[in-house]
Amino acid sequence: MTFINYASREINCKIVYYGPGLGGKTTNLQYIYDSTAAQSKGKLISLATETDRTLFFDFLPLDLGTVRGFKTRFHLYTVPGQVFYDASRKLILKGVDGMVFVADSQRERMDANIEAIFNLEANLKQHGYDLMKVPYVLQLNKRDLPNVVSASDLTAELNRKGEPVFEGVANRGVGVFDTLKAVAKQVLLELRKNGGG
Amino acid sequence: MSTPVVLYEQEYEQLKRVITRLCADANAKFVFLVDKNGQQIAAHGEMLNLDTTSLASLTAGNVAATDGLAHLIGERGFPVLSHEGERDNLHISIVATRVILVIIFDERSSLGLVRLRVKRATAEMNSIFEVIDTKVDRERDMGIALDSPFAEITEEDIDALFN
Repeated sequence: MTFINYASREINCKIVYYGPGLGGKTTNLQYIYDSTAAQSKGKLISLATETDRTLFFDFLPLDLGTVRGFKTRFHLYTVPGQVFYDASRKLILKGVDGMVFVADSQRERMDANIEAIFNLEANLKQHGYDLMKVPYVLQLNKRDLPNVVSASDLTAELNRKGEPVFEGVANRGVGVFDTLKAVAKQVLLELRKNGGG
Repeated sequence: MSTPVVLYEQEYEQLKRVITRLCADANAKFVFLVDKNGQQIAAHGEMLNLDTTSLASLTAGNVAATDGLAHLIGERGFPVLSHEGERDNLHISIVATRVILVIIFDERSSLGLVRLRVKRATAEMNSIFEVIDTKVDRERDMGIALDSPFAEITEEDIDALFN
């Protein structure tokens, strides 16, 4: 849920990266963190297990600059990809303004992608959101691996509403900012549609 | 999509006054207001180097997880959370059902004093948030779009953010 603060002239939006386990959600945030100037970012918080699997969420606050005199800040979150953390995954979706689905392009992860998309739709519904109406971008990650499904097949299988689709190699930054920009754009245009209130 | 949360200058100043007084009355080090989605609303206190953005998101995560636990055991929620450290302690409570009030205090205060002062401040803040809600509803009913900086945003404005 967007938070507009007229007193400090700030607008805060929440973007959540969703997808199957080990798909590259945290890697997207890590790349954004590593390649953003220090004054534009806050601390990257990872609530992870000892083996670096996301336990609750990763969080990165990002200042994008000023629009019409208002400081625009995006709060980026990831959810745990592992199915048995579904209860905490659901909590992170509360108040979401935009979603990125990070799909794992490897052939053997196709079922996990599909399961995660159905899970996303169901969890959004529990918060009263409809995926068809939420700003949403699909990222096909790990395109550099040898055993990937073709981008067109993957898109045909995972695309929900003609959302923007980006091919990515998150650990090298390929497609990471294109994805973020596309979802941020949808979120801000949604605000325009609602007149900000 | 859900409606944005809005905070106007006048009510912000009122909230700021309440938390400033609460900080003094409770002998606290820091008082902090954050919405349940992890967005910082207002803060006051002596801890100058505190990372308030991280504090906000972790507090919201903490409250969300505890609410989840409450629902599992058939409770509506746990409206007050308290964490005791070696030096500093945290008191977390809910205001106006959607805002989280965080107090950081040390041995100069006590849990009892903090609780007492929080009670009065909460009542005051509840009325301020009621006024905000009424204002937003009234403007919406009258068909007045809020004076949003985004009402006339262009695609060029957005592209410029990423350059």
